[in-house]
Amino acid sequence: MNDSDIQIAIKDIIAQIAPDEDLSQLDPAVRLREQIELDSMDFLDIVMELRKLYGVQVPEADYKELATLDGCVNYLRPKLAGKTLHCAARV
Amino acid sequence: MPERETIVISGVGLASPNGNSLPEFRANLLGGVSGVRPWEIRHVGKTLAGVCSFDPLRHQSKKELRRGTRAGSLAVYCANEALADAGVDLGRYDPARVGVYTGITEHGNVETENEIHQVSQYAFDLAYWSHHHNPRTVANNPAGEVTLNLGLKGPAYSIGGACAAGNMGLIHAAQMLLLGEVDIALGGGVSEAIHTFGIFASFKAQGALAAHAEPARASRPFDADRNGIVVSEGGCLYVLERKSDALRRGARLLAEIAGWNVNSDGHDFVLPSAEGQNACMRGALAHAGLAPEDIDVLNTHATATPSGDEVECAAIRAVFSDSPRTFVNNTKSYIGHAMGAAGALELAGNLPSFVDQVVHPTINLERLDPRCELRNLVANEPRKISRCDHVLNMSFGMLGINSALIVRRPRA
Repeated sequence: MNDSDIQIAIKDIIAQIAPDEDLSQLDPAVRLREQIELDSMDFLDIVMELRKLYGVQVPEADYKELATLDGCVNYLRPKLAGKTLHCAARV
Repeated sequence: MPERETIVISGVGLASPNGNSLPEFRANLLGGVSGVRPWEIRHVGKTLAGVCSFDPLRHQSKKELRRGTRAGSLAVYCANEALADAGVDLGRYDPARVGVYTGITEHGNVETENEIHQVSQYAFDLAYWSHHHNPRTVANNPAGEVTLNLGLKGPAYSIGGACAAGNMGLIHAAQMLLLGEVDIALGGGVSEAIHTFGIFASFKAQGALAAHAEPARASRPFDADRNGIVVSEGGCLYVLERKSDALRRGARLLAEIAGWNVNSDGHDFVLPSAEGQNACMRGALAHAGLAPEDIDVLNTHATATPSGDEVECAAIRAVFSDSPRTFVNNTKSYIGHAMGAAGALELAGNLPSFVDQVVHPTINLERLDPRCELRNLVANEPRKISRCDHVLNMSFGMLGINSALIVRRPRA
């Protein structure tokens, strides 16, 4: 698993949460909420999907780490280590 | 007392198991086309239901659809279609003066069952219980989703009236217009009932769930072989406005509200009462200043339960036995019981009778139960009548709530 796989897995979740958005042009360094319509309820959905798909618990204090795609990758890399990623977006 | 201002219906949007617009619905009611089909639901398994085929993405984004409920989707679809049908440009109205009143039998069972199923997959760890549960299950959800979709800011909420609710959404809309609280009202009912196993299971436990080898023949009000209710989803919302406002904007009128009554049996949790229904019909006639013989079409509530149909027929005979010009029909024989949407949908199917003087029949009536004999019951084939000035629409619900609504042919 490399960082690209993790990014695809995260985008896969975002694609479900924000199905009207075009994610192909996302800048990984820019806050997600500045690029696509994503509110706090959507954000909680992302956290829920990480919990359901990968058993990853994201405590509220860490939510800020998920503000950008790069932030997500950095934060989730150790938590996803050794897990099989669901990457529908890749195919 | 000053004369009451007339409230009119100037548009209708509907999603029925056998039609996604009034013209399609009406054509299928005249053509004997059922909307009942095989259905499978968690824990209950294979059963039957009235299933809608409208395209929710016609008026909602994918995200709205994901966030909201089926009842919300039905309401949003119907609201948009009704406004378009009425030729209402919301931009010309103060959004705070637009009301939405969605009749519901129940709301929230679907979403609660889904969450319980969800957490059951995770050993009932409530960390997996969705934050969407509350906004999806609040009673105002369907009306609220309409306000979000259309940017409305007026009073918008549900009218909880069990299966009498569809009429009540219209009645409340008329009342709000008469009170001067709103200038345009969307009123009617919605039902997402086929997505909750609990409703099927409860009717089954009560011995009131229909079963038949041929789905289209399962809902058979008044028939000797009827064996219960076909549960359905659906929605129907009307645009209502004061007649003076409607005429000023050159609106086409579908009907005028003539009178109504909502009452309670005060009798039983589930058993209907001919006495209560009788009082409701008479109350609506009195409110409209009409006699039974003024009613040309009477749409029955009959759900095809053995006792319910019999009680209703007794109530109708008591009020209309001396009214040879009143023709009686039923809509659930085509679409099953659309619960909170039932009254609103069933009224819609009869509105074209003001124009074509044709009464759509009740179908699946092969062997009339003698206890359900009614004069002028229009069975299996449409019936042309000489005039159609008034339609009486009846809906009854559990805990003994009854609603009757009378609409009349628009007057110039």
